[in-house]
Amino acid sequence: MGMRPVAEFVRVRADMPPGHIRTPAYLRGKVGVIERTLGPFPNPEQLAYRHTGTPLPLHRVRFTMQEIWGPQTETPHDTLEAEIYAHWLEPADAP
Amino acid sequence: MPHDHMSPSGHPFRADDDVPLSYWQAMEIAVRELLIEKGVTTAAEIAGQIDAMDARSPANGAQVVARIWTDPAFRAAMQQDASAATAAMGFDIGPMKLIAVENTDTLHNVVVCTLCSCYPRNLLGLPPDWYKSRAYRSRTVREPRAVLAEFGVTLPDNTEVRVHDSTADMRYIVIPTRPAGTDGWSRDDLARLVTRDSMIGTGRAKSPDGLAGTDRPT
Repeated sequence: MGMRPVAEFVRVRADMPPGHIRTPAYLRGKVGVIERTLGPFPNPEQLAYRHTGTPLPLHRVRFTMQEIWGPQTETPHDTLEAEIYAHWLEPADAP
Repeated sequence: MPHDHMSPSGHPFRADDDVPLSYWQAMEIAVRELLIEKGVTTAAEIAGQIDAMDARSPANGAQVVARIWTDPAFRAAMQQDASAATAAMGFDIGPMKLIAVENTDTLHNVVVCTLCSCYPRNLLGLPPDWYKSRAYRSRTVREPRAVLAEFGVTLPDNTEVRVHDSTADMRYIVIPTRPAGTDGWSRDDLARLVTRDSMIGTGRAKSPDGLAGTDRPT
């Protein structure tokens, strides 16, 4: 559960599929670093429709406010962490 | 306006809630009555569960915070697995999966659930109405410092604000910094400094001056 030794950058998929999605829209397409990995937890997108949820790793991803909000950011070096299911993340270079 | 004045008892008039049930209100009543009729549950069990929910309060979370301040082994256990550590302390946290995020002199944590209203109910009780408001949920991720300032928490630029958007399976409790001037205080006395808002991140723990004179440990 602890911090990872090496920063692992990931990008949240920029998709907008229909359904019960627990990946906030304001984070889609944004690059962050994995803070820790939890789970596996059943995929809520399937659970919401009474299907069996595929167990998935759940990553806590840390973003900078600069990355999320760009020039409109209140304070660029402040941060935000959110839990993102593995299938919503793809490898990325540092922003 | 016939009722825009005070009642004879000195309270403002408030309109009665004379509106038809919504679809979901009617559905809840229908399902509840069917479950009782078919013997799946009883009215007493439902009332008991509501009582149990109402009995949970921020006092539980305050005990956890005060123990973190005073017990290094417990603090380490909370960092390792906060669900197991609070359950071992005797709190009925049910299936809640908890992460404790600790404030320092250079880091201030605040919790929000932008998608709905996820909240560590088993440790803090029911969330305040503002926590569920669209304003708090949308603004806290966008301009956390402005939101915190409205709660009376202004932070220097060199303190990092870290917002935790409770998007999935985990619930969060903020561990506020221990107030100065509390050396040697008992855990119970310390717990009285820990407010609900300080465990959401929209407040700080009270300073010893914040306790009424009769409440202050000697």
